[in-house]
Amino acid sequence: MRRAPLYLAAIMVALCSAAPFLWSLVTAFKQNRDLYNPDNNPFLYNRPPTPDHITYLFTNASFGTFAWNTLWVGVLVVGITLLLGLPAAYALARLDRPWAGWFGIAIFLVYLVPPSLLFLSLSRIVVAAGLQDSTWSLVLIYPTITIPVSIWLLIGFLKAVPRDIEEQAMVDGYSRLGAFWRAVVPLTFPGIVAVIVFAFTLTASEFIYALAFVSPSSEKVISTGVPTELIRGDVFFWQSLQAATVLVALPIAFVFNLFLDRFITGFTQGAVKG
Amino acid sequence: MRTRVADRDGALAWIFLMPSVVYILALVGVPFVLAVGLAFSDVTSGDPSFDFVGVDNFRSIFDDPVFWQSLGNTFLFTAISMLLIVVLGKIVANILVADFRGKWVVRFLVLLPWTTPATLGAVAWLWLLDSIYSPIDWVLRQLGFLAEAGNGSNMYWLGEPALAMASVIAVHVWRLTPLAAVIMMAGLVAIPKDMDEAARMDGAGYWRRMFEVTIPMTMPVIAVSALFGAIFTFTDMAVVDVLTNGGPNNATQVLTSWAFFRGIDGGDVGQGAAIALFLFPLLLAAAIAILRAVRRLEVR
Amino acid sequence: MAIVEVAQLVKEFDSGKVRAIDGVSLATNEGEYLVLLGPSGCGKTTLLRTIAGLEQPTSGDVLINGQVVTALPPRARQIAMVFQSYALYPHKTVRGNIVFPLRAAKMAPAERERKTTWAAELLGIGHLLDRKPRQLSGGEKQRVALARALVRDPQVFLLDEPLSNLDAKLRASARDELKRFQQEVATTTIYVTHDQVEAMGLGDRIAVLNNGTVRQVGPPTEVYDDPADTFVATFIGSPPMNLVPNDGKLVGFRPEHLLPASVVGADALQVKLAVDRMEYLSGDRHLYGTATGAGEKSRVIARLPATVTSEVHAGETYDFAINRNRLRYFDASTGLRTQP
Repeated sequence: MRRAPLYLAAIMVALCSAAPFLWSLVTAFKQNRDLYNPDNNPFLYNRPPTPDHITYLFTNASFGTFAWNTLWVGVLVVGITLLLGLPAAYALARLDRPWAGWFGIAIFLVYLVPPSLLFLSLSRIVVAAGLQDSTWSLVLIYPTITIPVSIWLLIGFLKAVPRDIEEQAMVDGYSRLGAFWRAVVPLTFPGIVAVIVFAFTLTASEFIYALAFVSPSSEKVISTGVPTELIRGDVFFWQSLQAATVLVALPIAFVFNLFLDRFITGFTQGAVKG
Repeated sequence: MRTRVADRDGALAWIFLMPSVVYILALVGVPFVLAVGLAFSDVTSGDPSFDFVGVDNFRSIFDDPVFWQSLGNTFLFTAISMLLIVVLGKIVANILVADFRGKWVVRFLVLLPWTTPATLGAVAWLWLLDSIYSPIDWVLRQLGFLAEAGNGSNMYWLGEPALAMASVIAVHVWRLTPLAAVIMMAGLVAIPKDMDEAARMDGAGYWRRMFEVTIPMTMPVIAVSALFGAIFTFTDMAVVDVLTNGGPNNATQVLTSWAFFRGIDGGDVGQGAAIALFLFPLLLAAAIAILRAVRRLEVR
Repeated sequence: MAIVEVAQLVKEFDSGKVRAIDGVSLATNEGEYLVLLGPSGCGKTTLLRTIAGLEQPTSGDVLINGQVVTALPPRARQIAMVFQSYALYPHKTVRGNIVFPLRAAKMAPAERERKTTWAAELLGIGHLLDRKPRQLSGGEKQRVALARALVRDPQVFLLDEPLSNLDAKLRASARDELKRFQQEVATTTIYVTHDQVEAMGLGDRIAVLNNGTVRQVGPPTEVYDDPADTFVATFIGSPPMNLVPNDGKLVGFRPEHLLPASVVGADALQVKLAVDRMEYLSGDRHLYGTATGAGEKSRVIARLPATVTSEVHAGETYDFAINRNRLRYFDASTGLRTQP
């Protein structure tokens, strides 16, 4: 591609993607009297900007609590996902069982079961486990979404580790388990990073389960807390909603972008070669 | 030195797989079977006792015209979104693999729609498409496409059936195109450089190389991203839920949201489960078809 | 030092569809350098991996020092292996790579350090200990892999085509180093290669494999001069042995033994050689042509060493001869050696 059209296309694409966020950023600081006047230019401040709605987000809508809940749920879910998914992916990628291919497909099919189908019966299980209205119910349930995807991703990364390396470790005096832990896992580090990022993103944006299992404000996560606490019936706290969107979107996208290259390699390796 | 479990591939394979298998069986397998059971029962939120009613639930959902409308909407929604997502994703991927200054910032901005939790992204759009304060309408008014005030001064993006569907599709495409682009970037990066250079030597221009080298070479990756996108689209209702709640008049109702409204909001758990269950064979068939197509493309 | 033995070894893949090793029995001597030589796909690497314990045989046994180790995992066999790729751990430094097997053996840190230094000095890589594998040249990688194999004090070294990743120039000096290294440590070594030059140069004995079976085992001179069958005769030697059909048998002779009649002694088989092409290679002349007189008319190759100065031109026919004690006879149908 020539230079000028390339830059033009890149800017266009970036604008189309980010426009709603840019506009959210503008809106977040608007005064009510500025916002609720259809004749005002919605892209400019017709009255001086105010930080009030951001303050409201933290003082009255417990945004901090939601963010903290999202964070620790995410960290625990990522931990459980890796603890269970990494060995499982290794078993499917490397231990040469005849049923490995069949099993890989089965795990992929699990991913096709929509949350809305499981939601009703899962809520009974959550009640039976005594976890209703607790953020812990999400820690329990989210790995069912993240584990299948992560196994799928990790299989690709594990297959990319040369077989020689782990066989060398076995010849060097380690058991199969030792070779996995000391030679294979360190080399799968990019895949592990991809899983951390992907699992965390999935967890942070999940909506249906979070809405169904947890109703007290103090236990909510961002994806449910923000819309439910800032939309009260017909009353929309628009500026605060927009501020929350920007505050959540930027850091996640930032972290994701750091690991984008590693993530894309893993994605196709898992999907195409798996 | 004796052989331990840690040396035996067979035993180790089971030990490695068991935790995941048990976890998924307990929290996906069991609820799935329960859900199938619910689909054949008369359970409601008011009366949670289980009575077998056979295919009654299916009969009554098939009798409901809204079900057929949702089914049609689901296909329309999925087909148009997928088409747009694949085409746009391909274009965005081509831009993002090129080398230019500020690439990092562009990638960051392009990724935003996907990495933002779906409900928050949709909330941002809800305001953009507001019936009175929509800034899109404001621009149209300034350009003279809409009346300055009173009747005809707003588009009612989410109020008119066709516009509402278009809006939902647009937001969905906006949200998933980055994912498709990311996946296709991997495919583009994987094309051997000498392939492209050989085509250049043969005198092929940009577009010829694109259609005769790049696109055929990335077909498996495109198919995979289409598969993932289709599954996301088919089972995701966050956008519909936030933007239109299925309205106006069920014009944007899709199967997942319809199942949700019948089963949870309407309290008829059995019917909700039956509608949700109806999705599963469709997903299964689509997934198998695409996976097989990918295999065939890979072998070639 | 140890004796490695395999008995009636069979290895099948794909539930019996492919037989990679088809009943191999073979034993090394103490401290011997045994080379497994064969074309790709002949089962030599599978045999090595089975000895290492990386593959489980379908039937048969692996013995080290008379002890059956077939069921033992690789780590329990006291072997060291160098892979074709060298399989250096890319995330560890050279030191980390060499220490790795010692940590598996739970050796004390001081002792580990002493061993590492000793092995690194022996292979001349002391100055590389803090580098990462990707900063090393091919030759240096090979030495690191050898050092890592050495520190374990293995009973046996298994080397899988360790020279094939080096460029041609390096290969000759690396081969020389490998040989001196093995003589120094005097450990039984099994070396897999498809390159007959390596095999002839390195091996105390060569085992020639084809289609999962051992065709011949013997010292390089024996394998070269007295091939057990036509496969060995044509696989070893470059250009290969000439085979001329003669009354249900094949008459074999090496190209360097087909010489102008004037330089061959009295007890010789006389042939007419119609030369149609000639190549000069490192001072030798290779003649391609058609021979009559040794049996049926056949295409043959003659190699005249630099010491033979008789004039030869393409397109003419000459009187050639082969010393009778250089002739080898093979059964035309089985390919096995027979008497004249």
